[in-house]
Amino acid sequence: MMKSEKRSITSASAPYIAEGAGIRTVMWTVSACLVPALAWGLAVFGARAILVVATALAGAVLTELAANAIRGKVTVGDGSAFLTGLVIGMSLPPAAPVYVPLCASVFAVAVVKHASGGLGANWMNPAMAGRVFALLSFPAAMSAWIAPATIAEGAGPSFDALSGATPLSVVKTTVSSIGAGAASQEAAASALRSLGGPAALMAVHHYPVTAFDGQLSKWLGGLFGVNVRPGYFDLFFGNTAGSIGEISVFLLLVGAAVLLARKIISWEIPAALLGTFALLTWVFGGVPFATGLFQGDVLFHLFSGGIVFCAFFIATDYVSGPLTRPGKIVFGAGVGLIAFLIRAAGILPEGASVAIIVMNMFVPLIDRFLRPKRTVIAREKTT
Amino acid sequence: MKPLGEIGKGLFKENPILVIMLGLCATLACSTNFSDALGMGLAFSFVIVGSNVVISLVRRLVPGQVRIPVYITVIATLVTVADYVMKAFVPDLSRSLGVFVPLIVVNCIIMGRAEAFASKNGVWRSFLDGLGMGIGFTVVIALIGILRGLMGEGTISLSLLGLKDITVLSDKWYPGVLIFILAPGAFLVIGFLIALHHKIGDLLATAKARKTQSNLRQAATASPTVSGEGASTDDRQ
Repeated sequence: MMKSEKRSITSASAPYIAEGAGIRTVMWTVSACLVPALAWGLAVFGARAILVVATALAGAVLTELAANAIRGKVTVGDGSAFLTGLVIGMSLPPAAPVYVPLCASVFAVAVVKHASGGLGANWMNPAMAGRVFALLSFPAAMSAWIAPATIAEGAGPSFDALSGATPLSVVKTTVSSIGAGAASQEAAASALRSLGGPAALMAVHHYPVTAFDGQLSKWLGGLFGVNVRPGYFDLFFGNTAGSIGEISVFLLLVGAAVLLARKIISWEIPAALLGTFALLTWVFGGVPFATGLFQGDVLFHLFSGGIVFCAFFIATDYVSGPLTRPGKIVFGAGVGLIAFLIRAAGILPEGASVAIIVMNMFVPLIDRFLRPKRTVIAREKTT
Repeated sequence: MKPLGEIGKGLFKENPILVIMLGLCATLACSTNFSDALGMGLAFSFVIVGSNVVISLVRRLVPGQVRIPVYITVIATLVTVADYVMKAFVPDLSRSLGVFVPLIVVNCIIMGRAEAFASKNGVWRSFLDGLGMGIGFTVVIALIGILRGLMGEGTISLSLLGLKDITVLSDKWYPGVLIFILAPGAFLVIGFLIALHHKIGDLLATAKARKTQSNLRQAATASPTVSGEGASTDDRQ
């Protein structure tokens, strides 16, 4: 050869040390990183939430055992069924009747995972499939929200703590009822415009704000000399109604940071997902409020609902996600797009779980068109 | 093939829903409860038997180039008859099935049997084929209807037979898994029925293989006494 070859692959010399990051390690680490957010959810929602999560876990693990007995191969120890049950439990409303987590986790493990060939062969994310199964099967039970203990005590008389709606469902019902009740389109638009975005809408509805949030907002406003609308800190730290595990964005981010640092999840899917979602929300998020483009409330939408939970802990599932880095970015962006569309224009208040399942269907296509390049020795460019 | 075999293949080996898997749209849409499913199955059976017979009768008169339009005309006529009869005598069922009765015209199984069977076989065999397909379709769609109604609402609807619905799982304690009334539930039920069908097929095949094997073995053990000692003396030593 005339020129020295540029080697793109280098390998260290022996000895090689196996780190042992097998299925078991991954599953149990992810489960452990979910614990802070789970503990918060259980603490503020109380006994009913504990029952939901325990049922989901028991349902998933027992179904795994039964499937193992039928298929003659014991895989219950790899932790995948435990993690599926945990994610299902955390994604359900705290006051859901017992049959909801049970049906969801039995469906997830028996039908989605084992009927398609066990872990590694399922094209759909089992936990999200279980959640969507419950959503389609028990629509009433899947909105059995309760207000967390932290806001129920400070709430005004107009707030019903037992059926405490989530911020997103308050927004959705208000916006759609104004749209349906107005005499003309212009009247509807002006009524919507006067709401002034989701955070102001919640204040109109006397959605409770904790003293903690009020003081923090006032302090931050004083620090920068601006008027900070209260409510965002409650959304961020989890003083709001919602699914058991999704409410505390802060604790979810703590868990996600551990997973990222240990390289159990990679940054592509969460970054693409949240980036697309935030960008679309900023550009088009004002449309439901008739305020035009570039008026969306990004922080409100990022901190409410299950988008952060899905981005870091569910969309990053190895089995039902794409393999390559460009593929992961496409996948994440797709989930962000669909989740945004459902929030902005759908009937459901939010649909991150549906978005993940829809994008799961595209994974074979993504992997087909965004294949890793064949390993050929890189030639130097002729100068 | 014997007449019974011609009917039997529609029931199991070439079942229109579980094996041929054509025209699933009617199966998905009209199997939310037993009553609708049975009505759809009967309408379908009437049309496929009639179309098979008529197409088999005219098969030598129709030039190959225009056979598909002719099939569609024949099928559409029969479907219109079925549609009007249902509107006149079972209006509730007709309303419940809605557009899916006229859509039988373009049902792929009927077209498929016309093309693959009735245009190549005599009237009697085509009639039996249509009957078998009709029975196979009706039995399976009715089964899907029972399962979906049972899991989705806890009841078996018998309004087509003029009876009251049977409530198996009372809504006092059974919440009703609504997904089974929706399209995904139909896919799930059909998928598991197909799996069951495969399993039964495998079991039958192994049973048959075992039987032939044991027959062969019997023949082999019996043969020395019948055919004399000559051939088997070497084996014994």
